[in-house]
Amino acid sequence: MSLLQVTDVHKRFPGVHALKGVSFAMEAGEIHALMGENGAGKSTLLRILSGAEPPDAGEIRLDGRPVHFTHPRQAHEAGVRVIYQEFSLIPGLSVAENIVLADLPRRGWWVDGRRVRSLARAALERLGVDLPLDTPAGQLGVAQQQLVEIAKALHGEARLLIMDEPTASLTAQEIRNLFQVVRQLAAHGVGVIFVSHRLEEVMELADRVTVLRDGETVGTLRVKEASPEEVVRRMVGRAIGEFYPQRRARIGRTVLRVEGFGAPPVVTGLTFELREGEVLGLAGLVGAGRTETAEALFGLRPHAGAVWMRDIAREEWRRIPLRSPRDAIQAGIGYLPEDRKQSGLVLRLAVRDNMTHPTLERYLAAGFVRRGKEAAAVRERARALAVRTPSIDAVVENLSGGNQQKVVLGKWLEISPRVLILDEPTRGVDVGAKVEIYRLIQEMTEQGTAVILISSDIPELLALSDRLLVLRRGRLVAEIGREEATHERVLALCSQGVGA
Amino acid sequence: MKRLHWVDYGLVIGFLALAGALTAASPVFLTWSNLMNVARQVSINGLLAAGETFVVLSAGIDISVGSTMALAGAVVAGVGLAHGFALGGLAALLVGTAVGLANGLFVVRFRVPAFIATLAMLGIARGATLIYTQGRPISGLPESFLFIGNGWLGPVPFPVVLMLATYAAAHVTLRYTAFGRYVYAVGGNARAARYAGIHTEKVLYAVYAIAGFLAAVGGIVLTSRLASADPQAGVGIELDAIAAVVLGGASLFGGEGSVLRTLLGALILGVLNNGMNLLNVSPFYQEVIKGAVILFAVVVGNWRPRSQGQFKTGG
Repeated sequence: MSLLQVTDVHKRFPGVHALKGVSFAMEAGEIHALMGENGAGKSTLLRILSGAEPPDAGEIRLDGRPVHFTHPRQAHEAGVRVIYQEFSLIPGLSVAENIVLADLPRRGWWVDGRRVRSLARAALERLGVDLPLDTPAGQLGVAQQQLVEIAKALHGEARLLIMDEPTASLTAQEIRNLFQVVRQLAAHGVGVIFVSHRLEEVMELADRVTVLRDGETVGTLRVKEASPEEVVRRMVGRAIGEFYPQRRARIGRTVLRVEGFGAPPVVTGLTFELREGEVLGLAGLVGAGRTETAEALFGLRPHAGAVWMRDIAREEWRRIPLRSPRDAIQAGIGYLPEDRKQSGLVLRLAVRDNMTHPTLERYLAAGFVRRGKEAAAVRERARALAVRTPSIDAVVENLSGGNQQKVVLGKWLEISPRVLILDEPTRGVDVGAKVEIYRLIQEMTEQGTAVILISSDIPELLALSDRLLVLRRGRLVAEIGREEATHERVLALCSQGVGA
Repeated sequence: MKRLHWVDYGLVIGFLALAGALTAASPVFLTWSNLMNVARQVSINGLLAAGETFVVLSAGIDISVGSTMALAGAVVAGVGLAHGFALGGLAALLVGTAVGLANGLFVVRFRVPAFIATLAMLGIARGATLIYTQGRPISGLPESFLFIGNGWLGPVPFPVVLMLATYAAAHVTLRYTAFGRYVYAVGGNARAARYAGIHTEKVLYAVYAIAGFLAAVGGIVLTSRLASADPQAGVGIELDAIAAVVLGGASLFGGEGSVLRTLLGALILGVLNNGMNLLNVSPFYQEVIKGAVILFAVVVGNWRPRSQGQFKTGG
């Protein structure tokens, strides 16, 4: 008898047929991955399993018994626990209090502090992790907060643990630790549903993978017997010819020279050059100072040292001030930040607004925005980038992650950048959109834009970069050419002498 | 942003329903003189609410506009009597703008939350008014100055013309200028706006300056209307201004709203006041009803057609 059996589940929302026949089954103690592109129906399925949303048709059985959740509390009581991407910890409460928050032990009117701690300690021991019980949860790092979330989810009788993109903001080492915890849980008989965009992780961790496409299950594969290509083919419904494009850059003259540059106190003593049409990869662990370097180059934080750019018209080097993003934009530098929703977009505004924020002054006539001219430019750009949006006046919040990222790219292409800094450009976007973003990077370098690429996805970094700079603890430790760069070598350079 | 938002329908329907009910209940309501009376009563709050809209759109709030209005009202009377009313008006507008810029300074430069910064300014500006007037109303203002608050341009009272012109200008500014677009950007996500190279500090200084400036315009109109500058004028009126903005469906989190909806919000409040007076509702009950209407409007305004929230079930 399966732990969970989902049979022909349907769900409609006004205007969308979100799920049209989803079926799969999993056993207790199994790690079952759920994959699919954005919009494939994963979120809807999770909402149904967690009781947040009832299905329109179909059956869900838990331990062989049909269940009809109409409220998350019912799912919780049946032993179904969900950990969403956005954590639900209360930053001001202690780790122990957070773990047992759902039924805080009381003595009369008072919280029974001793029992809170002993229950929480027991929960953490089951996970095999050690965390400070009395520290406010808000003071922990992301990885530790996630462990608290897991401990909290497992408090009480947990049968099925659902994790939505749990590795999205973890470092490689933290991911290894997390996987160990998940395996231990499975060994204790908990069923784990693992939702992820990252194929390598699924291949490493899961026993089986169920692929969703357009609201339907395309099939369930045994990971041991499946190749990554097969999983991807099922997700997108076609073979992706070349996942990474062939680099065929025509590298031109030097456009940017950075001397003794730094973002004090994190990054110091960086000296490098960047050429037209080149993709320069920045490799490093979390905390190595990659994002800080990018932010300093874009005028978002104070910098040390000097940045020179070649003046096209006068063929001479000019030192550029970087007191604010405006200075950087003026000099022709764009920056796609790693956190699209917090820093890349004004979510509640339209595609049009977001795309022309840096260049709005171009469309002014007598102080007024010429909306027609603006619309024409935005439409043209959206078409070139294949942004899938009902219209340029659609609010970007309603677009998928990949399309949102294309809007951010479009915004920077509008300034005709000479140097474009891309900080984790494919984070949180689906496979199809990744391929498109790679293509766009290829195209912009063909037109002479120089790209500085930051990515924690090392295969991606290796495939796209012409040259790599490796940062470790805020210092440049190596510069390696495309030919010499291998996964092992880069990883070794990144982590040498860093206590993980 | 571009199409007529469904909030607009709600507001227009609410406004028309209210007006319809009052027409049926009172023979006086739908007469030109009564309607112009309502419009004139609305005008001062309308001016304040227009400025408040800029601030709220930028994800801020300004609760000092009532005090700023009183201060400017005193300055126009005091300076006007001494040096002529052209200079008096100019001085009042400068003072109002300066108060707004000071709010901006504390919000932008010293990172004081807008509510706290303007709460402090509410006290400071009121105190400054009392000091300037020595606590006594300034009266004896010349007939020529009284036109601003009491005159008519054809069939329409001058303050109403002033208010409508202000709203037209505010609408055009927010909708068709780069600055207006930046206000929405800064209010919607200040961080992303900064990353896009928008000078967010300048935008914030400007919205508070606009709120101060329009509060000063309101102060001039009020002093002229009453033919006297009362240092206690407009205590609590900032709440009416905020109520109009909120009734207009603007988000207090910023980035969402429109100045024309604020105008509708102000008109609804004005018509409601007028209607209750015509129907002899006791002033005590009037306050309760006004509060209930605001709550009702915001609850209805928060309601979203189901598909909107559900549509983005990506992933």
